[in-house]
Amino acid sequence: MSQKVLDALLAKHGGAVVHTESVHGDEVAWIARDHLLAVATWLRDEPTMAFDSPVFVTCIDRLDWRPVGLPPSAAWTEERPRFEVCYQLRSSTHRHRVRLKIAVTEKDPHLPSLTGLWSGFNWQERETFDMYGIRFEGHPDLRRIYLYEEFVGYPLRKDYPKDKRQPLVRRDDLPVNPIRKS
Amino acid sequence: MGVELSTTRLEDAAKWAKQSLLERGVNWGRKFSLFTYPFVTACCGMEFMSAAAPKYDLARFGAEFPRFSPRQSDLLMIVGTITEKQGPALKRVYDQMTEPKWVIAFGVCASTGGFYQNYHAMPGADQVIPVDVYIPGCPPRPEQVLDALILLQKRIAEGRGHSQLRDKREQLAVAASDE
Ligand code: SF4
Repeated sequence: MSQKVLDALLAKHGGAVVHTESVHGDEVAWIARDHLLAVATWLRDEPTMAFDSPVFVTCIDRLDWRPVGLPPSAAWTEERPRFEVCYQLRSSTHRHRVRLKIAVTEKDPHLPSLTGLWSGFNWQERETFDMYGIRFEGHPDLRRIYLYEEFVGYPLRKDYPKDKRQPLVRRDDLPVNPIRKS
Repeated sequence: MGVELSTTRLEDAAKWAKQSLLERGVNWGRKFSLFTYPFVTACCGMEFMSAAAPKYDLARFGAEFPRFSPRQSDLLMIVGTITEKQGPALKRVYDQMTEPKWVIAFGVCASTGGFYQNYHAMPGADQVIPVDVYIPGCPPRPEQVLDALILLQKRIAEGRGHSQLRDKREQLAVAASDE
């Protein structure tokens, strides 16, 4: 659908693009982390691209994940980047869209923030930080957005225990449970 | 005193929460003049609106008037999912209400956390404040809400609400220390 975007991207920034693919009609370009800012700036400012609409940013945790039909060696390991950060962009003038994916390792989960280019990414980057602990360098206000400051850890990471709660208040007038006591 | 002070069961409470004639009269009046504070946080709110609206008409039972200040209300309706982040706010609202006060947990989310068994949802509002009546259902039918209200009225008349028993306990303790 937007193959011409990928072609233009490869022609202009071939060194920055790790890999391209088309998934269910969406064009995906894997971008090297260090080139993300340059590529995104170009996508926004180049008249034939004119990506003016930030659709979403989110993250995928690849822990325990293996593509269907691939051998077990394709599973996530310590050496492979654990997180995929996705930026979806759309151009309302040319009506095309593209998804940028950036692979991020567990040890050093950071990448440049695109809030400076599209201010609409501000809160979504904060949400991604809140849930996955991805640090967006250059973000103007990278704080937790949904959870409270006292919260420890990142709940949407796949290794966060699924029913672990971190209560702020509890009653102090409850008797010891008589069933549990015996 | 040898009684389980924390329980509100009728057979336990009847041993020590005996009401004088005056208290019985006062509680009879209280049960028909409940002022609700709707602590509405989620989808159950729609069902609460319908139960409070003329078709099902909570007002028939004297729970006429939703007050939007906890200072003016004595029935806290917890309507919807309570998150851990909301806990301090809920406790604060409860503490601000005037005594005696009653609490209804409306829907499974407010009663037990419902199907949210994860990092953000509190497993029932009774983790933070004492609840008098729990209404199951996701969301509950209006009939269940009316049933819960009648149940609560019965409890108020018997002097078995959590805050009523707390009050009674304090009175007994003062009386015992005077002797
Ligand atoms: S009990 Fe059901 S309807 Fe009520 S707040 Fe929870 S999810 Fe919504």
